[in-house]
Amino acid sequence: MRNAVFWAIAIAALAALPPVAQALGQGFYIDLVRRIMIFAIAAVSLNLILGYGGMVSFGHAAYLGVGGYAVAIFAFYGVNSGPLQWAVAIGASALVALAIGAVSIRTSGLYFIMITLAFTQMLYYLGISIEEYGGDDGIRLKSRSQFPLLDLNDGVQFYYVILVLLLGCVYLVHRIVNSRFGMALRAAKSNEARALAIGFSPYRYRLTAFVIAGAMGGLSGALLVNHTNFLTPDYMHWTRSGEIMFMVILGGMGTSVGPVLGSFALLLLEDILANWRDPRWIGEHWQVILGPLLVLAVIFFRRGLAGLFQKNDAS
Amino acid sequence: MTLALVFEQLLNGVQLGVMLFLLAAGLTLVLGIMNMVNLAHGALYMVGAYFAITVSQWSGSYLLGAAAALVGTLVVGMLVEVIALRTLYQRDHLDQVLATFGLILFFNELMAILFGRFALFASLPSYLQGHIELFAGIRYPLYRAVVIIVGLLTAIILWYVVTRTRLGMLIRAGASNRTMVAALGINIRLLYTVVFGFGAALAGLAGLMAGQIYTVQPGMGELILIQVFVVIVIGGIGSIRGALVGALIVGVVDTLGRAFLKPMLGAILPPIAADTAAPALASMLIYLLMALVLALKPAGLFPARG
Repeated sequence: MRNAVFWAIAIAALAALPPVAQALGQGFYIDLVRRIMIFAIAAVSLNLILGYGGMVSFGHAAYLGVGGYAVAIFAFYGVNSGPLQWAVAIGASALVALAIGAVSIRTSGLYFIMITLAFTQMLYYLGISIEEYGGDDGIRLKSRSQFPLLDLNDGVQFYYVILVLLLGCVYLVHRIVNSRFGMALRAAKSNEARALAIGFSPYRYRLTAFVIAGAMGGLSGALLVNHTNFLTPDYMHWTRSGEIMFMVILGGMGTSVGPVLGSFALLLLEDILANWRDPRWIGEHWQVILGPLLVLAVIFFRRGLAGLFQKNDAS
Repeated sequence: MTLALVFEQLLNGVQLGVMLFLLAAGLTLVLGIMNMVNLAHGALYMVGAYFAITVSQWSGSYLLGAAAALVGTLVVGMLVEVIALRTLYQRDHLDQVLATFGLILFFNELMAILFGRFALFASLPSYLQGHIELFAGIRYPLYRAVVIIVGLLTAIILWYVVTRTRLGMLIRAGASNRTMVAALGINIRLLYTVVFGFGAALAGLAGLMAGQIYTVQPGMGELILIQVFVVIVIGGIGSIRGALVGALIVGVVDTLGRAFLKPMLGAILPPIAADTAAPALASMLIYLLMALVLALKPAGLFPARG
């Protein structure tokens, strides 16, 4: 019930934001929240494998990058069809996730963390060394993805597109987690030996979830490149993966509201610190404040923000 | 591609491997004993490099800078352990990764505040400059040779301490059964702090030596840290021997790949394709190697016992 109330309020607030912001002449906030929602999609997808599947993937930024490159490379050759670009972004991310997952999921624990990190790093260096698509400097998106009936150059329309996609992803993950497939995935997380004894192999379930999460991550990459109009290998930088992971944990992993809350909390905090003007050094060196705050959050704030909304976890 | 060039690149690979080993040894000790993932290990390496460069510039003595780097990282490491990381030993790896990620942000930005974001270059004292002649006219920079020797000596000392001394015995006992060691009257918390401090000092030693070979700047630690992870995964988590072998393999493969992949690909591919593919492939080589090792041996080349 609390969940339903939360979502009702959140949807109403997010839907009302553009007209309110425009009326107040603060169009900047539309831009900011758009960016936050794009990362929320990435966090929601990571939550599927991290929160429900127990797979600590330290390489989720890889799919942001793959999705981003898919769109940017099409645009580079003058192909601006949105449906095509986004379908390839999602498909390519799913394929990359399949390859990474097939190797990584054979391992567990620490090895899994390091391997997903290393594969993402590999893609990062690949992005840096391909001079054709900008290499280190990145590549400018000449034109945003083009859709019939929609114009992504209109900031407000783009905003609502992202909002709808975010809600779609949240709903999709909710359905997945509560399906038979999701039960098996969660069972494998809480007790692998018992899952094996009942007679199903966790590997297939984990890999499938990993691919779904990768595909969703690719979607957020496609959105992000359209949002910033610019793509650099930094999309896949390992600190990006760490940030997305932080959003999930800060919000509360294994909950449907957690990743969304977490991305809003982290990115708003970053924005506030980065724009701090008094004293000036905070704005310039905001990470020196953010770092210790994150450490404190991990040590003392174990259940995440979702713990404030939900008494106990459904899963 | 002469033999002398191949030999020189091989030595460069060993030199990189030795640096990786110094970092991997500390990281794998902390991992194997405290079961703690410390992403901030690279930050300690950076702190060591900054200590060395500022103290040696301020005092004019390279050795004083070296001492400051070792002692400084030892102290900083112990402080970090006592203030932040001690409470995380009982948590899962996820919490440890996130907390140490926060520490990285803090240390990188702190160095940017203190020293600026631009890269610093350390100069060498005159007695470490120049080349030495190995044999038959093959010359090699003296400093890099010293790095290799110091690294290998450290490996021997570390092996001796861990396998032949009382401290090493306690460390190994603490790794296999923390409760039992505590029950025998050993102050395990203090032991952990000491081990963490020495791991940090090893990172500081690597940072000290890195200043003359690479540039010193905020974020330098993370560039090398991920390679160190590859080393540990290849070598086997918790194994010092694995760390040494893994580090040498990764160092040599990476260096030779960067040096010779282009001419080799150029022989079979058209030049433009080789120009594009070689750097990409060279930087991905160690990760491919890691995937291969894991496919064959999921627990690394030298799995630690227990």
